[in-house]
Amino acid sequence: MRPYIGIFKTQFKQGIQYRTAAIAGIATQFFFGWVFIAIFSAFYGDQTAVNGFTKAQMTTYIWLQQAFLAFIMLWYRDNSLLEMIRTGHVAYELCRPLNIYAHWYARIFSQRLSSGLLRCVPILLLTALFPFGFGLSLPETPISAMLFVISLLLGLMINTAISMFVYISVFVTLSPAGSLLIFGIVGEFFSGGTLPIPLMPMTLQRVVAFLPFAYTADFPFRVYSGNIGTAEALAGIGIQLLWLVLLPFIGNRLMNGTLKKLVIQGG
Amino acid sequence: MIEIEDLSKAFQVARKKEGTWFGRTWETVRALEEMTFSVGRGEIVGYIGPNGAGKSTTIKIMSGILVPTSGRCEIMGLTPWKDRVAHVRNIGVVFGQRTQLWWDLPVSDSFLLLKDIYRIPENSFREQLEWLVEALGLEALLTFPVRQLSLGQRMRCELAAALLHRPSILFLDEPTIGLDAVSKIAVRKIVKKVCAEQQVTVLLTTHDMNDIEALAERVILIGKGRKLYDGGLNALKARYVHTKRITAEYAGEGEALLSALESAGCRLISSDAGRLTMDVDLEVTGVAEVIQRLTSHLNISDISVDAPAIDDVIVRLYEELAL
Repeated sequence: MRPYIGIFKTQFKQGIQYRTAAIAGIATQFFFGWVFIAIFSAFYGDQTAVNGFTKAQMTTYIWLQQAFLAFIMLWYRDNSLLEMIRTGHVAYELCRPLNIYAHWYARIFSQRLSSGLLRCVPILLLTALFPFGFGLSLPETPISAMLFVISLLLGLMINTAISMFVYISVFVTLSPAGSLLIFGIVGEFFSGGTLPIPLMPMTLQRVVAFLPFAYTADFPFRVYSGNIGTAEALAGIGIQLLWLVLLPFIGNRLMNGTLKKLVIQGG
Repeated sequence: MIEIEDLSKAFQVARKKEGTWFGRTWETVRALEEMTFSVGRGEIVGYIGPNGAGKSTTIKIMSGILVPTSGRCEIMGLTPWKDRVAHVRNIGVVFGQRTQLWWDLPVSDSFLLLKDIYRIPENSFREQLEWLVEALGLEALLTFPVRQLSLGQRMRCELAAALLHRPSILFLDEPTIGLDAVSKIAVRKIVKKVCAEQQVTVLLTTHDMNDIEALAERVILIGKGRKLYDGGLNALKARYVHTKRITAEYAGEGEALLSALESAGCRLISSDAGRLTMDVDLEVTGVAEVIQRLTSHLNISDISVDAPAIDDVIVRLYEELAL
């Protein structure tokens, strides 16, 4: 574990160097949060709840999405890593006595975590102070708060595992544009980034339940707001753990297969 | 230490067919063909050849990054692409055009990470780091973010990074590329020192023949994926250097003399405004004889005789072998 913890720490240190970028990001996220809430509020009209999803839960859901954007968005990427593959600097990474999948997983996880932690605190604090009906509510119960933290971290781990597929594909295609677009749009939609999942038609919700995406973002946010109860939350965490076994297993095999056919770019 | 036998690597490259929309043809590019050589402990070997000769391909196979199409490669008893993890512990790599340091963090952070990655025990790490800091003059650099270092400073740090885990073998892929003269000399000195004091085997690829002259007693020359020469640098020169170059500044009318010299084994490279450069073919005539004829007919103010630079030797060699 020591090498991977080392990579995590080093990446974290590098990640928190970019504080100005975080401030700029925060401003954008306030804007988008506000726009989304305005749109969905109009959609709610006079109703206080749609599909059992209350307006206050919706508002909280949107602010959590904005606060933890770096945790959940598939298009959020480590350019340095992609650049490394494109230019061939990755040669160094391949000369280390490490499992390459685990090595990169640690990096991407750390990168998303550092970036998310830098951004989430100001957003959470400020939106919690917003006038009633427009701000972030507190967690439903202390237990849902605790389950939220657990499921959010597990969600981040699932998301990292999904992101790994983008990076693996870049080894083959050399350009992240295509796979980022596909993963980004599909992932965003199925994780409730476009439309919160509780607002989707029931048939679609059933489809979503069979995909990993909802477990990265939608699930923890609904645990927070109490839209998902304790028993259901525990079951959901179980499903998260299943995905966390399955996705890295496939990813690791795919990575090793790809590396065998690898051509490092540049002389 | 390094045993390579019949190593070949072929790439399949897609080419778009001309005049079609989707047509593709597959072409096989043979980057390496039946390469065979071995390197013993503590040797410094220069691995040279023109661009596209297969140097980097060889290094990548030996680092366990690329899987060859066929052949055998054993480094300290391990096959790089099969026992990758165990193998890479034995090697250090420096790719001159790439970096292994973390751009926005102090150099020392990158070193600490390498300590974790290679699971280097604390004592061993401290000792080696001290040695490297001293040998490479890194004292003042450790606290700077890598992005603020000059290329020369960075290359010294790259060397240190490659040696922290005390590898037995060091692959240097164009370690002096882009460096100024002072930094180049510094890097060469360091490589020499490290190899001498830590008994490291070095395989060096470069286009700078001065690197080779300064470091390697033995060169392996490759072209189009095949080995063309393997032996001492001096023997290579002796084999391919049959000329000396004379450069002279003179006053007087020399045309008749020059054409006479040209029919007697000299090749005029340039001659204008009282300055001439010519190559003397040593198999036909001698340098002393030519100088004597020059001085007796012309008023020579300055004259020099050079063996062709190793670069010229290589150029001639490439031409001769039609690379």
